[in-house]
Amino acid sequence: MFSQAVFYFFAALAVTSAILMVTRRNIIHGAVFLITTLLATAGIFLQLDAEFLFVVQIILYVGGIMVLFVFVIMLVNLDVSMRLVQFNHQRFVAGALALVLGAQVFLALKVGPGVMPHPAQQIMSPKNTEAVGDALFTHYMLPFEIASILLLVAMIGAVVMAKRRV
Amino acid sequence: MISPEHYLMLSLALFTIGVIGVLTRRNVIIILMSIELILNAVNINLVAFSRLYGDVNGQVFAIFIITDAAAEAAVGLGIILAFFRNRETLLADEMDLLKW
Repeated sequence: MFSQAVFYFFAALAVTSAILMVTRRNIIHGAVFLITTLLATAGIFLQLDAEFLFVVQIILYVGGIMVLFVFVIMLVNLDVSMRLVQFNHQRFVAGALALVLGAQVFLALKVGPGVMPHPAQQIMSPKNTEAVGDALFTHYMLPFEIASILLLVAMIGAVVMAKRRV
Repeated sequence: MISPEHYLMLSLALFTIGVIGVLTRRNVIIILMSIELILNAVNINLVAFSRLYGDVNGQVFAIFIITDAAAEAAVGLGIILAFFRNRETLLADEMDLLKW
């Protein structure tokens, strides 16, 4: 019962602030609502026994990526942009199509045969960080190194892009 | 105990909201933030299935997706800064330099 209450609290928080993020006029408000969504998702991760991912989500997403977003918003924010039309010309068609996509996946999950197998309740290892680190450094060694190269390339690319004279 | 379908529905809701944001907003920064929301929804799915099968591989993939989101945000915001310096606008429908 308690875990259900926790789940519904975090889910409602995530969905509400996601809707507000997409619809707000002020970009800074949107960024703050996105931070709320990410924190609520971190709570969901904690409920799913993924402690390492919970910490990574807060440190990396909220502490890293969103600070980057807020910095860029402060660099480029224009007061004029608040008074412009916020949605584009094809908004009704696009919104309807997105809702159709969502409804399609919903139906597939609800009525699809054998979509969700229910294996017996699995016990996760209590040493979550150790298990993740073990998988990351043995089985996923090559993807891990490739990810570090990807980050290096992204860093160089961002510096080159943001440089004043290219 | 919460069934896996609950997590899938939450993830589906966040994903759909993100798609609506990408398709309907004009501001490029909001579009980038909606993409982050979509990646986050996928992460919920991965972690829910990781919990369902008692297997840690899903969480490793979620870490890779977070890495990818960080790289994408850095490059995307760099492009936005460079574009803003040239054209003084943030609207996606005015970004037509490469359009025929």
